[in-house]
Amino acid sequence: MTTAPMEREATGANRLSDLARSIFSTVGILPILLAIVVFYFASQESRFYGTANLTNVLRQSTYLIIVTLGQALVLISGGFDLSVGAVIAVTSVVSARYMSNHYAANPDSELSSVLVGVGIGLLVGTVFGLVNGIGVARFKVSPFIMTLGMASVGTGFALYYTGGSPVSGMPPLFTREIGTGRWFEIPVPVYAAIVAMILVLFLVGSTSWGRYLYAIGGNTKAAYLSGIPVGVYTASVYVMCSLLAAVAGLLLTARTSSGEPNLGGQYPLESITAAVIGGISLRGGEGRIIGAVLGALFITILTNGMNLIRMESYFQTMAIGVILILAVIFDQLRDRWRV
Amino acid sequence: MQLARVTAAEDVQPLPAEPSRVELLRLSSIVKRFPGVQALSDVDFDLQSGEVHVLFGENGAGKSTLINIIAGTFTPDDGTMMLRGQPIRLHSPHHARQLGINAVFQEFSLVPTLSVQDNLYLGREPKHAGILDKAAIARGTKETLDLLGFHLDPKAQVGSLSRAEQQMVEIAKAIQGEPSILILDEPTASLTENEADRLFALIERLKGQGLGIIYITHRIQEIRRVADRVTVLRDGHAVATVAAGDVSEFRLVELMTGRTIDALYPTINQQPGPVMLQAVALTLVNGRVRDVSIDVRAGEVVGLAGLVGSGKSEIGRAVFGLEPIASGSIVIEGDVVRHPSPRGMLDRGVIYIPPDRREEGLVAMRPVRENMSLAALSLPMFSRLGILRRRLEGRTVRVIAQRLNLRPLNVERQVAYFSGGNQQKVVLGRGLARNVKVFIFDEPTTGVDVGAKVEIYGFMKDLCERGAAVLLISSDLPELLHLSNRSYVMHRGEVRAEFIGTALTEEAVLANFFDRDSDAA
Repeated sequence: MTTAPMEREATGANRLSDLARSIFSTVGILPILLAIVVFYFASQESRFYGTANLTNVLRQSTYLIIVTLGQALVLISGGFDLSVGAVIAVTSVVSARYMSNHYAANPDSELSSVLVGVGIGLLVGTVFGLVNGIGVARFKVSPFIMTLGMASVGTGFALYYTGGSPVSGMPPLFTREIGTGRWFEIPVPVYAAIVAMILVLFLVGSTSWGRYLYAIGGNTKAAYLSGIPVGVYTASVYVMCSLLAAVAGLLLTARTSSGEPNLGGQYPLESITAAVIGGISLRGGEGRIIGAVLGALFITILTNGMNLIRMESYFQTMAIGVILILAVIFDQLRDRWRV
Repeated sequence: MQLARVTAAEDVQPLPAEPSRVELLRLSSIVKRFPGVQALSDVDFDLQSGEVHVLFGENGAGKSTLINIIAGTFTPDDGTMMLRGQPIRLHSPHHARQLGINAVFQEFSLVPTLSVQDNLYLGREPKHAGILDKAAIARGTKETLDLLGFHLDPKAQVGSLSRAEQQMVEIAKAIQGEPSILILDEPTASLTENEADRLFALIERLKGQGLGIIYITHRIQEIRRVADRVTVLRDGHAVATVAAGDVSEFRLVELMTGRTIDALYPTINQQPGPVMLQAVALTLVNGRVRDVSIDVRAGEVVGLAGLVGSGKSEIGRAVFGLEPIASGSIVIEGDVVRHPSPRGMLDRGVIYIPPDRREEGLVAMRPVRENMSLAALSLPMFSRLGILRRRLEGRTVRVIAQRLNLRPLNVERQVAYFSGGNQQKVVLGRGLARNVKVFIFDEPTTGVDVGAKVEIYGFMKDLCERGAAVLLISSDLPELLHLSNRSYVMHRGEVRAEFIGTALTEEAVLANFFDRDSDAA
């Protein structure tokens, strides 16, 4: 039995608001927000749209884009990952330590040091993801608690591993090429972000893995009844997310040319905000990857703009928090407006 | 309370004479419109004291709209309402309650975290100078519960009670208002046989006290049990009001659907072949199924009948691996399946269509195409090495959608936007996306309009005649009787009887639904 819909007359005003609602529920508020933000900053500070700044924004956005890609995948599958920041920190310190030790022992083979470092970093990501995945899929711990717990474990470990101070001694190849290098005028991390984006878009749009994620997030019981091994796919998405976070961690380490135990603190909040603004629903099973990427871009532009107009950094943190709340409210409204 | 005088055994007051029938309620020419739909057209309805008047009809026929008008939730756009001969206009449910009209809807108005007694007195707590009179609450609750014969702990948290027990609290809450008119909306929807029996006994008692009861159902068998009169609603019209004893089951279905029985149910040419599915001495860990043995052959439709809680649904679920098995075995095409699972069963050509498509069947925000192919994605037709074959998928799904007559025929549309009947077709379509030899349908036509029902029956006929084995688990007795070649009747987790061919009649089946002897509680 359903209760009948509320009575509404089909007036002109109602028709207009229905149109507005249907636009918003498909496309989200992102285009509007983006436009507001871009116009505002451009009007306040002419440096905003200069080439130097735009290249800067592009490079800065790559780290958040990569992490948000992973976060979006987890959100679509119905969970979330609060440990991405910790993964970045642990990846940073562990890979940096191995790299600098290897480099110190073999000063002539920079490349192999870098490869060792990268390999170790990706391994860290995989292990983290596996632990998260097994906790959520096998032991049915809620994703919130599991990843929150692991975030704590990771952050603590990073501080313990380094005694609280950064790890230095990176091979110049690493810091020069990947950290500050450019190929054809474009910062190297941008290529990494593009590759990551193409890979994730492919996985989500063209593979059964991606299809299953939407099914699991949309209606886990229906997915199970259709013969999908829900546990395996749930665990795999956490591995994917942590791997992507590890990639971002490696890129960030190259940029700061040291292994930082405090790296990545803002990423859990920012990646979730970016994904939700971009149209990924917190309920799971909905949203498009391209939206998440645009969301990450938006947050970066916002942060960049706030820096240019010399907004206090603590105030910036407040602003991001407010944006997150607004994005979630909008996500709820969108659900109601849809029907 | 006035009721206490009549039923408490210890009480000395003599029983009053049988209350003479008084007209409690009369609705005339009721019209109700919502945007895009004419919910009720020119409906007449009346209720006498001491009677159970059943409102019978399909989902969407207008039953809930009508009772919402009676209960004061909606106001009619046209028509009149008379309460005991006086014309009235109800402003709100509260107003209706004050006038003695109380309703028990399917969505309960209980606070799960509060106790039974707190819920009973919610909003009308007795107080002494602003402080809750807990003693009065406890006393009043005990009185009401004893009166109704409900064995509930007044201090129990409502959230911890079973749905049937919660319904008792909801009924107690309605009775406390000392209503003269009680509305029950599909009260047995999730009750077990025992609980349904107790409810019917309670209804008898309330009738005896002069209450007028409006009872809503779409199940034929309940009419036999409980009704004095039946009003059949169809597409917002009251097509007939008859005395329950005067009308046959066929006639009721015809009135409800607007079609003759022949047009509604197809004749299926059943040629039972080799045994495809067998449950042998099946017992489940939760005890809902005990020592059950059934079999289904290729080319036949086998029915499983029984009330909620009889175990019929659990058998289907157990075959598919959704319920843990304590002992016994499942045999598919002669092979014993040790640990059934949805995946394993699908690979063996068995599919289970769940009863609640919203809960377990569909991924609402995804398109038809993705929903239909969901159980078959790993097959070579739909993907190669994990990479989807989108064009082929689109074509295959479109063909299936056409065969099922999906309306509108748009496989890219999200399933949430389709009607219930078409959504059900999407779920059924899953069984056509792969090579399925055994279909287990669990309540396949709940919440499905007549047009879609006819199409779904046609689909089942097609499947069966092409050699599939079909297990039809259904509470819709006419559906079961007309489509199945052979039916088992379940009662309290065991197979009570099996009927074949001409022996498969409504009387025979119904006789096995309920306990023959009275049982100890």
